[in-house]
Amino acid sequence: MNESSQVRAAAREREAALVPAVDVVEDAEGITLYADLPGVPRERLNLTVESGTLTIEGEVVLEGIEGLTPVHREIEVPRFRRVFSLSQELDGEHVAADLQQGVLRLRIPKAAHALPRRVEVRVS
Amino acid sequence: MEAPVGEYKFLNRNAGIPSLEASAQARQSCQLEVARIMYRSAFSRDVFAELDRLQRGLQQAFELSPSIRGRGRGFPAINLSSTPTSLEIHVFAPGLDPASLEVQLDKGVLTLAGNRPAALAPDKATVHIGERFEGPFRRVLNLPDDIDAAGISAHYRDGVLHVHVPRRAAAQSRRITVQ
Repeated sequence: MNESSQVRAAAREREAALVPAVDVVEDAEGITLYADLPGVPRERLNLTVESGTLTIEGEVVLEGIEGLTPVHREIEVPRFRRVFSLSQELDGEHVAADLQQGVLRLRIPKAAHALPRRVEVRVS
Repeated sequence: MEAPVGEYKFLNRNAGIPSLEASAQARQSCQLEVARIMYRSAFSRDVFAELDRLQRGLQQAFELSPSIRGRGRGFPAINLSSTPTSLEIHVFAPGLDPASLEVQLDKGVLTLAGNRPAALAPDKATVHIGERFEGPFRRVLNLPDDIDAAGISAHYRDGVLHVHVPRRAAAQSRRITVQ
C-alpha cells in the first residue's frame, strides 16, 4: 500500500458513517451475512476483504434531494460502514455478494480444509 | 431579646449548618435512589425492561413534547425535507416487497405500514448476530395543512421509499409585483 492510498484510507476512516444492522447466520458450509443498506445503489457499494478483514462500505444516494431543506433527519450521514474480522477457516477469496432493495447478502464459504468431516471410529 | 453581637455571629455561622445538612440530606436521598435502582436491577428479571425505563426517563427529560402517536423512532428511519413546492419523505425500509407497503393518508395523517418477513435461516444454522428488524411496523406522520392529497406519489428504490407530497398551488409563496 503506497502512501497516498494510506492517506486516503485514513481520511475514509475519519469520515462519519452509520453502522448498518446485520444478521449473521452460520451453517456447515459457511457464513451468510445480511446487511441493511437502504439507499445504497450497487455502484456505490464497496466490499473489501483484506488480510482477514471484511469491510462493508456504502454511500446513500437519494434521488432529487438537491435544494431541499431538511426538516427532520434520522439518517444523518449518507454513508454506511462496518468492519468484521474473518476467522481463518473462512475463505475470503470466494465471497459472493448480492444487493437487492437495500439488503446486502454475503456468502462466505468455509475453506475446504475447514469443512466438518466425520471421523470414522474403527474398533479393532 | 436581642442577641449580643458575638452570639449573633455565632448564630449566623450556625445558619450555615442547615445548608450543610440539606446537602447531606440530598446526598442521602441520592444514595437511597441509587440503592433503589441497584436493588431493583439486581432483582430485575428483564434487563431490557430496565433499559427501556431508562430510555423513557431520558426521553422525558430531553424531549419536551413527544408525539402522541408514538416515540417517533424505530424502523423504518424517516428523513423529511421540504421545498417551496413540496414535501419529500424518504423512508429507509430495505428489503421489502413494494406491494406489501401500505401508504395511507387520512385527514392529514400519513401512515406507513408493512411487514418485514424474517430472513429464513436454513436448518442446522446458528444465528450469531440478529440485529435487523423483522415483523410488522407502522410509522405515522402529521402532514401540514397546505398539501395536495391528490398529488402524492411514492416510489421504492434501493430499499428507500420516496414519498413526494406536493403543496397546493394556492399555498405556495408568490412574489407580488408592486404596480
